[in-house]
Amino acid sequence: MTARRLLTPANAVLVVVVVLLLALPAFGTDFFVRFVMTQTMILGLIAATIVFLTSHGGMISLAQLLLAGIAGFMFGNAALESGARGLNLGWPPWVAVVFALGVTTVVAFLLGALASRTTGIYFLMLTLVYGVIGYFFFAQVVTVSGPGGVTSIVAPEPFTDPVNLYYAAVVLSVLAYLAFRAIGRTNFGLALQGVRDDPVRMSSLGFNVALHRTLAFTLGGLVAGVAGLLNVWWRGQIDPASIAIGPTLIVLIIAVIGGISYFEGAWLGALVYVLLNTYTKSIPLIDRIGLTPDRFNTVIGLIVLLIMVLSPEGLVGILERAGRGRGVSKPTEHSIELPTTSPTTVQTGGREP
Amino acid sequence: MADTSIQSARHDVARRLPGLVVPLVLALAVLWVLFLARGTPAEPAVRDPGRFAVTLLDGITSAGLFFVVASGFTLIFGLMRTVNMAHGSLFLLAGFTAISLQQAMVGKTRNIAPADVSLVSWIVPLLAAAALAAVLGVLLQQVFLRWNQGQELRQALITIAISVVLADQMLRQFGGLAKTMVWPGAVSHFIEIFGERYATSRLFMLAVAVVVGVALWLWLTKTRMGMVIRAGVDDEPMVRALGINVTLVFAVTFFVGAFLAGAGGVMGASFAGVATGKDGDWLLNSLVVVIIGGLGSIKGAVAGSLLYGLVVAFSPAYLPTQYTFYAVILSFVLLALVLAVRPYGLYGRPA
Repeated sequence: MTARRLLTPANAVLVVVVVLLLALPAFGTDFFVRFVMTQTMILGLIAATIVFLTSHGGMISLAQLLLAGIAGFMFGNAALESGARGLNLGWPPWVAVVFALGVTTVVAFLLGALASRTTGIYFLMLTLVYGVIGYFFFAQVVTVSGPGGVTSIVAPEPFTDPVNLYYAAVVLSVLAYLAFRAIGRTNFGLALQGVRDDPVRMSSLGFNVALHRTLAFTLGGLVAGVAGLLNVWWRGQIDPASIAIGPTLIVLIIAVIGGISYFEGAWLGALVYVLLNTYTKSIPLIDRIGLTPDRFNTVIGLIVLLIMVLSPEGLVGILERAGRGRGVSKPTEHSIELPTTSPTTVQTGGREP
Repeated sequence: MADTSIQSARHDVARRLPGLVVPLVLALAVLWVLFLARGTPAEPAVRDPGRFAVTLLDGITSAGLFFVVASGFTLIFGLMRTVNMAHGSLFLLAGFTAISLQQAMVGKTRNIAPADVSLVSWIVPLLAAAALAAVLGVLLQQVFLRWNQGQELRQALITIAISVVLADQMLRQFGGLAKTMVWPGAVSHFIEIFGERYATSRLFMLAVAVVVGVALWLWLTKTRMGMVIRAGVDDEPMVRALGINVTLVFAVTFFVGAFLAGAGGVMGASFAGVATGKDGDWLLNSLVVVIIGGLGSIKGAVAGSLLYGLVVAFSPAYLPTQYTFYAVILSFVLLALVLAVRPYGLYGRPA
């Protein structure tokens, strides 16, 4: 790939955004950097795994927050030496990191293998069941958590500083963004998109459809696990309520607000969500129709409803359409109906990996 | 899975393996419950038949409630391929509404004793609240789902957004405390089964569920509308081409599906109470039942709710005492076993 081909407007915008994000601690307030933006990066990273599985695999997963939570719980159990709850294994923090990511990856592989024969709406429902059963697991099994969760978790050394943690979240987000985009051009990514568009044809061409879906889900789970570690370091604790059905749907909603077919959309949606969550509470809304500051979920629900009714491509889709000029609403592969009806836009030139 | 591809012998074994594992697991489970379950809260069934009978009844009565809620979900999906993620919200709304109505009819807001509640002041709130859920369901379908028919994921996301809004508004309206509907005094007794006391209200709930199930079955098999719906499940374009008003059929189906969610909500409010967050639990219950049974199949809803109800009842009673809190995993094991053998559920068909 030549330098000229890399110099597209989109990539230029990306570089500017990354530079701005890295420079942010120099001019942003502490609260904005440490609370708003760190949270945005973490939620965006989790949402990006949903975007990856949806856009490349045709699998809308509601289990990503559970996988992030598993990493968090495992880190807490492994790293703490003493605490009210959990196993308190007292391992060195980086061993705990490896352990947490390992467990998350294995769980993701098993759950993915079980779900790999379904797609679309079935996959959505099955992964929602995963998410809720996972919540009940951590809420009930007192050996690893119990309803109170695991508390007083400390991040490993350089990340105890909130600004360093913010940098880590930015760098990992950028890496995940680039990696997810690059995967789409590898043999594996192309085959995965083939599986998304026409599983029967891919199967008769000799590709192992279930294995491709399982591996994609495992990769998504690993990245979600990384985000889960950042999250538990940032919060210093994790409890089952944070992976219950409400937050699970919120993560999907973040991906939807940004645009479920666009990787950028994950972080944009997270930013919009966190900004709304943080700042609308101080704006007095009209109490009569039920929009008090406490009614934040009503606001976010209505926004999602509006987006889904008007433009299922989300904010990035709306921006892109505005950028292309009016009137040209040509249907691209960025359609919400990815799994079944999208045209076969990917040439499956790759050999079977 | 492509049926056209040539399967090697190795694949054949891999395919048959789940078929062998399932009967084995089933046999082990029965053996365990009957003879081996020492050191569990319930003890083996041969030693404590009373506890076994009660657990079995618990499972079947829960299954009745699961069926009422899940049949509405599966009915809507079967015909329209719409996954109504707001199903739990309709359940919860009907539960809260029926409790308010019952309080108004009895004339007390707290400490209602079963003796205060006549059969009428249980059934009228049930019908009214279920009708409210049904009307809301039809509105939801007409306003938000009618024009994007066939876009399954968009519809799922729209109903998720609606469920978020409804949950928040119900929290505002009814508060965050758990509330319970009171069973009518006529059915609030205890009977004796193998020396164990058993609440007749649970048997009453099962009876209501059976009535609902039979009515649903008669409606689907013996009436013209039911036949149209069954035909629509099999081949919707053909039904449309025959000049049948499919729009009306869709609206009626959504009405009935939402009514069932509402009726289940009132039964659930009497059985276990309702509170904020229960909408998610009951959406989960419906999902598990229809994933096990197969989406869109009423037969599947019966089979799924029975299996799920039995597992939910038996797992806390027959796991070793120090592992009782792992009971939730067994629901997941059930799901995994069924999906390993039949990816689309027991009676399901690929889309």
